[in-house]
Amino acid sequence: MSGEIILQARGLGISFGGVDAVKAVDFELRQGELRCLIGPNGAGKTTFFRLLSGQYTPTRGAVTFRGKPLAGLKPWQIARLGIGIKTQVPSLFEGLSVQENIDMAARRRLRGKAVAAVVADVLDHIGLGDLRHRPCGELAHGQRQWVELGQMLAMKPAVALLDEPAAGMTHQESLRTVQIIRDITQHSAVIVVEHDMDFIRLIGDRVTVFERGAVIAEGSFTEISKDPQVRAAYLGRKENADA
Amino acid sequence: MTRVIQPALLFAALVLGLLAPGWLELFTIYEFTAYLIMAVLALSLAFVWGKGGIMCLGQAAFFGLGAYAWAVGAINFGPGLAALAISVAVPAAFAAVLGYFMFYGRINDIYIGVITLAVTLILFNLINSTSGPQYRIGSALLGGFNGMTGIPTLAWPNGMPLDPAEIFRLTVIVIVASIVAITLYLKTTPGKTAIAVRENEVRAELLGYNVAQSKLITFTLGGALAGLGGCLFANWGAFVSPTIFSLVQSAQIIIWVIVGGRGTLIGPILGCIALQWATTKLGTQQVVQVNLVLGLVLAFFVLVVPQGIVPMVTGLLRRNSRTGPKAEAEQNA
Ligand SMILES: Nc1ncnc2c1ncn2[C@@H]1O[C@H](COP(=O)(O)OP(=O)(O)O)[C@@H](O)[C@H]1O
Ligand SMILES: [Mg+2]
Repeated sequence: MSGEIILQARGLGISFGGVDAVKAVDFELRQGELRCLIGPNGAGKTTFFRLLSGQYTPTRGAVTFRGKPLAGLKPWQIARLGIGIKTQVPSLFEGLSVQENIDMAARRRLRGKAVAAVVADVLDHIGLGDLRHRPCGELAHGQRQWVELGQMLAMKPAVALLDEPAAGMTHQESLRTVQIIRDITQHSAVIVVEHDMDFIRLIGDRVTVFERGAVIAEGSFTEISKDPQVRAAYLGRKENADA
Repeated sequence: MTRVIQPALLFAALVLGLLAPGWLELFTIYEFTAYLIMAVLALSLAFVWGKGGIMCLGQAAFFGLGAYAWAVGAINFGPGLAALAISVAVPAAFAAVLGYFMFYGRINDIYIGVITLAVTLILFNLINSTSGPQYRIGSALLGGFNGMTGIPTLAWPNGMPLDPAEIFRLTVIVIVASIVAITLYLKTTPGKTAIAVRENEVRAELLGYNVAQSKLITFTLGGALAGLGGCLFANWGAFVSPTIFSLVQSAQIIIWVIVGGRGTLIGPILGCIALQWATTKLGTQQVVQVNLVLGLVLAFFVLVVPQGIVPMVTGLLRRNSRTGPKAEAEQNA
């Protein structure tokens, strides 16, 4: 919690028709931080990430990155400033090989021999060196997740948004994912969306809890797991939750 | 392996192409030059659609503009390098302006096809209605539906126009040089970006690539190459008419590319030459209707061999030689 604030949302929200998918969220991320974002399905976590990465235009509020407002910027401009995202459903260059997928992420910021060096290094980190020539469309689900995480390693964004990076993985696979996320934190401040409490316990620094488009709690894993509102949200006793 | 074989084959094709006019009769040279010129057009669509994923149904528009631009340029400035530059610059500029509105306007893939085809047909009608003496650019009369005749042929610096064998060789050089240029381009960052955009626009954008700009570059380069093809066409026949923008023309190009295999550069070229040769042969007999046969060929390929001939054959060869997954991915390189 020592770094300076790198990403900040103030009153950020978006509505679809009459539905406030994200209400008015205040949020801060600091340099070097690893933040977990949890909350039930449909709470608005993915929508929040889309607002941060510029895929959605906010209905209200604003995002600032290193003190610079992001309003009006296109997703590719925001990506160039230094916000990377691993989407909930892996979004890869399906017909291109694993290596080419990583290459495209490295090539944005590097030139010449440096690209190949980073690609080789990343392939090593995500453990897909043997499959480097395999088209991504032919990979298993867990491997696809790793390729996208590998793109974050190669891109080295100042902020990496990771939407359910361990979804659908075996326990063994998620252990490797935890390791990859730790690698990403070497260069990036990270926000991770996850459902699995064991996973959160493994990686968690600070946890933010989303419910129905709003932040209902924030704190360490221990604090959060004691919070009655959070327990209510997770146990589904909605009458206790402040909606 | 492909690293050695492909350049070797290309070099062999170049040598063969340069020697061929020495062995062929004038009429055959003339006929095959037309096929090869259309192959330049097919190659431009293979680049834009096959490599860049932009479904342009109006590639004929740039070809036609290139032909008309050569005619107007050659009549006004003489059949030299200035006219050549104009015949490439006009279609490229047209593609750039059209592409700007389509890609920066975030127009959907399907509509790109519709718009490009519509623009081609608009050009057809526009040029078709320029038959009066008032429709002239400099000293060049556009000629409306009668087209433009007696277009000067590209000349050597000493003023000697290229003979049919030289136009044949020039076309061969244009094709081989374009294949080499496109292949090298696809190894650069802008080239790789074009392919990444074809594969997944959203991912490309989220990695920081300007998708609209990338598509605009691909579309403009493709327009320039098609325009060069049109320039060769006007040189070949010394004649150009609005049918160059017709629906039949536009449809044919797409059939060539689909049949040959749109993921490759060589497939559409071979598909184009083979189909033109076949249609000419069929055209000399009276038993079956040519367009019907073309339609059946297209239907067969879309349903049975959707990837096209060349990718199918190379796929089979690869499977038989049992080169592992490395070769598979290299296909995309
Ligand atoms: N493009 C959209 N149009 C309409 N509703 C949307 C759209 N995107 C998200 N939503 C709604 O926003 C809410 C939050 O969804 P989401 O952000 O995916 O939740 P989470 O990721 O927390 O599971 C859902 O009710 C969803 O239906
Ligand atoms: Mg989600």
